[in-house]
Amino acid sequence: MQRITIDPITRLEGHGKIEIFLNDEGDVANTYFQIPELRGFERFCVGRPVEEMPVLTGRICGVCPEAHHMAAAKACDAVYHLDPPRPAKLLRELLYSAFYVTDHTTHFYALGGPDFVMGPDAPVAERNILGVIHKVGLEIGGKVIQARRAGHTVIEMIGGRKVHPCTSIPGGLSKGITEEQRVEIEKLGRWAIEFAQFSLKLFGDIVLSNKAYVDLVLGDAYMHRTYSIGTVDANNKVNFYDGLVSVVDPEGKRIGKYAPHEYPDWIAERVEPWTYLKFPYLKKIGWNGFTDGVESGVYSATPLSRLNAADGMATPLAQAEYDKFYNALGGKPVHQRLATHWARLIELLYAAERWVELATDPEITSDNFRAIPTETPTEGVGIVEAPRGTLTHHYWTDERGILTKVNLIVGTTNNYAPISMSIKKAAASFIKKGTIVSEGMLNRVEMAFRAYDPCFGCATHSFPGQMPLQVTVRDARGEVVEVLKQHC
Amino acid sequence: MSKPKFAMYWSASCGGCEIAVLNTHEKILDVDANFDVVFWPVAMDAKYKDVQAMEDKSILLTLFNGAIRNDENEHIARLLRRKSQLLVAFGACATEGGIPALANLSDKQSIFDTAFNTISTENPNHILPQTRWTMPEGEITIPEMYPVVKTLEQVVPVDYYMPGCPPESHQIAAVIDLVIQVLQGKAELPPKGAVIGAGASTVCEECQRARNEKKITQFVRIQDIKPDPTLCLLEQGVLCNGPATRGGCGAACPTASMPCVGCYGATDGAMDQGARLLSAVASVIDARDPKQVEQILDGIPDPAGMFYRFGMSGSLLRASKDAWKG
Ligand code: SF4
Ligand code: SF4
Ligand code: SF4
Repeated sequence: MQRITIDPITRLEGHGKIEIFLNDEGDVANTYFQIPELRGFERFCVGRPVEEMPVLTGRICGVCPEAHHMAAAKACDAVYHLDPPRPAKLLRELLYSAFYVTDHTTHFYALGGPDFVMGPDAPVAERNILGVIHKVGLEIGGKVIQARRAGHTVIEMIGGRKVHPCTSIPGGLSKGITEEQRVEIEKLGRWAIEFAQFSLKLFGDIVLSNKAYVDLVLGDAYMHRTYSIGTVDANNKVNFYDGLVSVVDPEGKRIGKYAPHEYPDWIAERVEPWTYLKFPYLKKIGWNGFTDGVESGVYSATPLSRLNAADGMATPLAQAEYDKFYNALGGKPVHQRLATHWARLIELLYAAERWVELATDPEITSDNFRAIPTETPTEGVGIVEAPRGTLTHHYWTDERGILTKVNLIVGTTNNYAPISMSIKKAAASFIKKGTIVSEGMLNRVEMAFRAYDPCFGCATHSFPGQMPLQVTVRDARGEVVEVLKQHC
Repeated sequence: MSKPKFAMYWSASCGGCEIAVLNTHEKILDVDANFDVVFWPVAMDAKYKDVQAMEDKSILLTLFNGAIRNDENEHIARLLRRKSQLLVAFGACATEGGIPALANLSDKQSIFDTAFNTISTENPNHILPQTRWTMPEGEITIPEMYPVVKTLEQVVPVDYYMPGCPPESHQIAAVIDLVIQVLQGKAELPPKGAVIGAGASTVCEECQRARNEKKITQFVRIQDIKPDPTLCLLEQGVLCNGPATRGGCGAACPTASMPCVGCYGATDGAMDQGARLLSAVASVIDARDPKQVEQILDGIPDPAGMFYRFGMSGSLLRASKDAWKG
């Protein structure tokens, strides 16, 4: 059995590893995607006061601490049986919308986008944000910095800090915003809408008008017919902050929606001895291995999944793009994983529109941003859509609000099984008997990751855009035949 | 003449330290203009094999963030120490262990048992991850998790310490400016072992809230009160780490009506942040009767976690007895 080790991280960051085994014919027999780290939040948060969770769990991931901050705050609300006043929810969602704009911008321009803007076979040195700027102009680089800055300005105004916000507490927030701040936030939001429209146009010009890219997006190498999940509002429109989690099957049929506290009926996690990360799957369907189809409990939770799991977008401009997306790709659901990049930009536009909606709500500057607990704390679940998937926090406390048990299912973890499958399929599509493993192949395997925008900050902290890959090709006796490296 | 080399690396990190550096926005261009950035996975094509191939001490400055959680983190820390002239422990995790070091209050077995037996985990055969595992096709491995989380200086010598979770972007920008001035001969480096990018005094010194001599008779939780926005939180009974925490953040949290949770670590001259906080707390308690004192202290439900939230690894406690046992 020939072995190819794709080692993105162990020798660089220690946060991820792929083993590919080839059979005697030289075709892919199996692949293993390993996550090499565990920090143990579910254990060490026990014994801490529950109101600390929005601050403590932000440190699971510094790339998306806002998502943990929100899921934790909502779980805290539930633990105390509190329904925060409307202005509190508006403020939290406003912070969250600004965060989405920042985060999706970073992914499109610095991480996933360069593969498209520069092309999958572009030289390694050019396939990054600088290459993108050189190709599309300095002006765009300035816009990207401005978009990130705009989001962080709002996050700091409402959340108290730029990274790791601190203001969400059980029942609401510790502070509100002034009218002066509101005006500034609205202005930034209007600019963000223009920026999102500009980004969609750029995607159209560069990707959709290029037949080679369209073929790559629509081709079989990045296709997986799994279930999709995503949070929806009362009208079944995509929502990042609140709602029910909609589950649709690979044909696009909704099999149900669950409220946060019902998640244990829907989601189960599988443990494998060869990795520190668990594999979530749909409990009602069951675990049938790393396979596609209706019989397999494997699901995805990504921008693409959210669009598949919803009936549309709640804002007009994003809805128009949603229609365009499904018309272009042959109707719902879409299973081509590379289309996730396009879906992400539609979400970017939605987040910017929502930002302005919230910033112009008459109640947003209200002083009524707190509810004080009156009931004994017990148990609660909080769910938000992290950019990289549905994020679930579940806490149990004693009657003083001290944690006795914690369960977390983080964004990227949802996608561990489909990412593993995508790696296997991409590897199998490009590594065939007789072919020489090339650098272009490495990048195409990388592209299988990038569509998911995996953030192993939550698990391993690798940075997908610069995914360092090393492929060691050994012969049947284990002797190294060839070593190919990229970003490492 | 070639430019001096710069590196930044994340170990057991959340990525927030990198985001904080990116949030210096245009300062990044200064780094680019003054340094040859040889290794920085977050921002550019990092060439690890180049680092390995470099001569020892050929990197002028390395910012290292994240705690030491497993054998692989330690391996990279040693490599970068060898290659760097100046190694900066960057952020709370690298300097003091950070939030991940709260795991030092638990033993490794219970961390595993908890993570792999939650309500949503189906694990009838009680499988736990193994560092080596033989699959039908061959053996595969993952790193060995250490029983306790360590700081960077607990595995390699460190030149400077930059606290904060993450360090504030304006502080990072100031440090970048200073190093550039040193390169231009316009300033000198602080003495080895110094804390950089932070204040010399406490968060209280930067806090705009009014402080009086008032004493407290009970501690309250933040969700249970609507604090007076102008008055010191500690005086209102909210446990604020400000008196025992190094300033530099502009008292960000108290300004947002939240207590300081202590992310900038201990102040100059303080041996132990938690001990210092304990004495600050003791000084505001308004009681003489031991029973009454005890009652007031009952309002602090989790002293170890609250006094050593970001600093367990670097503290005098370091870890619980059980954790040391592995
Ligand atoms: S110091 Fe804070 S921001 Fe930096 S890696 Fe640690 S947890 Fe993340
Ligand atoms: S104890 Fe906290 S609230 Fe009071 S002055 Fe110090 S930092 Fe400000
Ligand atoms: S107030 Fe305290 S916890 Fe908040 S940023 Fe400053 S040092 Fe860190």
